[in-house]
Amino acid sequence: MTAGHAERAARFAADEPRAHWHDQALWFVRLKRDRMAQAVPGWEELRERAARIKAHTRSHLADYLEQFERNATAHGAVVHWARDAEEHNAIVHRILSGRGVTRLVKSKSMLTEECHLNPYLEARGIEVVDTDLGERIVQLAGEPPSHIVLPAIHKKKEEIGELFHDKLGTPAGLADPKQLTEAARGHLRQKFLAAQAGLTGVNFAVAETGAVVVCTNEGNADMGTSLPPIHVACMGVEKVIPRARDLGVFLRLLARSATGQPVTTYTSHFQGPIRGGELHVVIVDNGRSRLLADETLRGSLACIRCGACMNTCPVFRRSGGYSYDWIVPGPIGIVLATARDPVRHASLPMASTLCGSCDAVCPVRIPLHDLILARRRSAARAGAGGLAKRLTMKVAGLVLGSRTLYVLAGKLARGVGRRAPRGLLYGRWNAWGRQRELPPLPAESFRERWRKERAREVRRG
Amino acid sequence: MRSSTSREDILSALRAAEPPAVPLPELPEPGPLPADPVAAFELSVRAVGGEPVRVPDAAALPGLVRALAERLGARRVASAVDLPGVGDVDLQALPDPHALEGIDLAILPGLFGVAENGAVWVDTRPLAHRGVFVVAQHLALVVRASEIVSDLHAAYERIDLAGPGLRLFVSGPSKTADIEQALVIGAHGARSCTVFVVG
Repeated sequence: MTAGHAERAARFAADEPRAHWHDQALWFVRLKRDRMAQAVPGWEELRERAARIKAHTRSHLADYLEQFERNATAHGAVVHWARDAEEHNAIVHRILSGRGVTRLVKSKSMLTEECHLNPYLEARGIEVVDTDLGERIVQLAGEPPSHIVLPAIHKKKEEIGELFHDKLGTPAGLADPKQLTEAARGHLRQKFLAAQAGLTGVNFAVAETGAVVVCTNEGNADMGTSLPPIHVACMGVEKVIPRARDLGVFLRLLARSATGQPVTTYTSHFQGPIRGGELHVVIVDNGRSRLLADETLRGSLACIRCGACMNTCPVFRRSGGYSYDWIVPGPIGIVLATARDPVRHASLPMASTLCGSCDAVCPVRIPLHDLILARRRSAARAGAGGLAKRLTMKVAGLVLGSRTLYVLAGKLARGVGRRAPRGLLYGRWNAWGRQRELPPLPAESFRERWRKERAREVRRG
Repeated sequence: MRSSTSREDILSALRAAEPPAVPLPELPEPGPLPADPVAAFELSVRAVGGEPVRVPDAAALPGLVRALAERLGARRVASAVDLPGVGDVDLQALPDPHALEGIDLAILPGLFGVAENGAVWVDTRPLAHRGVFVVAQHLALVVRASEIVSDLHAAYERIDLAGPGLRLFVSGPSKTADIEQALVIGAHGARSCTVFVVG
């Protein structure tokens, strides 16, 4: 068996100052989100509406996709359908190669990461430039994004300075975010000007009007679709929403939940191509219809990819995006990855404290920790966790199920625990004791103390 | 053809998987317009990194825009707002969107502003090149003071998406925080976003 989440997380946590910084930086984003959410009257009601609009859309998904296709086509878009990643990549490649495109600029799209579009196109002679600053950084470093909204959150500015020095020829030792961003702006503007096509993801596809809505802060989606004549927009089937007015609900939630901004800088509603150009919309299933068929997990299709569940997750913050070994990490990533491949991702359902913080922040109210628990249950049934865990759970079930055994076990633990040498208590077997001290064990249990207190009360009358 | 069967495959897989019908909920009512909508809007514009400028009298606008261009050191100025003596770049005359590169300041009309988030609704359809708002180094938007709505619910009650074209909200200048969460203004698009609120 390959290393699981715990082993990968241990690698991340080994660099303690970095892991601490990562934790703090994401917590800071979570706090910004809180301030924003609290400033909106009726925030909870808004989340509820968003969840219900998504639930409604799921129950009519095929109809809405057809309606979207009709309206987008009426504006001059060409709509393509892809059953899986391979077909998606082939369609995009066919569009590009058929028009002699060898230079593509791309704005953020988790779907194309999921489909591994970049290597597919690169192997066929097309230069692909990711233009979101964070994505460009990880692309230059030859790494995948570690967070869906903040792709380079695991990197320090000094490392980015070194990377830019190496790849973009900036002066050595540059570590000022402003100067680094300026260098990237200049570098990427040349790429935008030279590109023959631009590819974007899709935040929302409006069935009623045929609009493809893309949200960015940098303006890279707009740059990439305003200079070259060809725009390819790739979307999962779950991105469609019924009405333009539903955007009022989702857009009020999205940026506030993602980065603690009231709205992204650019919220672009594309209907049809640029004058004289082409717009191709690729609608992708790639496992989503299977997810829709799953009664327990289908709610995860509501995800609007804000990343709030990652920022708040005590496990994600301390273990980093790469520990999930999947393109969407964090709580929602656990659900999506295990739904796709439960064997490969068998360790992920354990990468959660089940504290429910993700449920509390999710703008579309996905019951994430319930879903993670459901995944954990099926992983356990499939034998994940190994013999030791199964035995421990058996014994725990036995002890917790019997009052006599429970009282006895407590007495035993207090007796042994208070006297046992440290080496025994903190041996290799005690994973909980590795980074933390166990609390001092009391001489008597709560039950014993309660009895004594009660007896005293009664005597006093 | 493979793609047409993919379409049918996907749609029938989705139909087979669809849960029982759930009703489409009503949308929330728009929030009330603040007592001073312009002040609330200006506050939001500032919060998203933009620069609101109050213009009580429309006649004062050309002078203020010229002053802005001067302050920014903008040599090539393109205006889609009719302002006497402002703008030396004729967007209609540009042969190709790549010619937008090098424009220092673009002035565009906004249809309305949103008090809760400082966003301005921009319709690029009348423009010869839709990307001028993002390619220009600096952006100025002109909104009438009477055209401020409370929130995005109110905004979408006004928005009409009939017909093809690119329409968008612009809320402040282009920005990024991708390097160590440090906010940097001027990522790819406008390095500054001035919003003139007229009347």
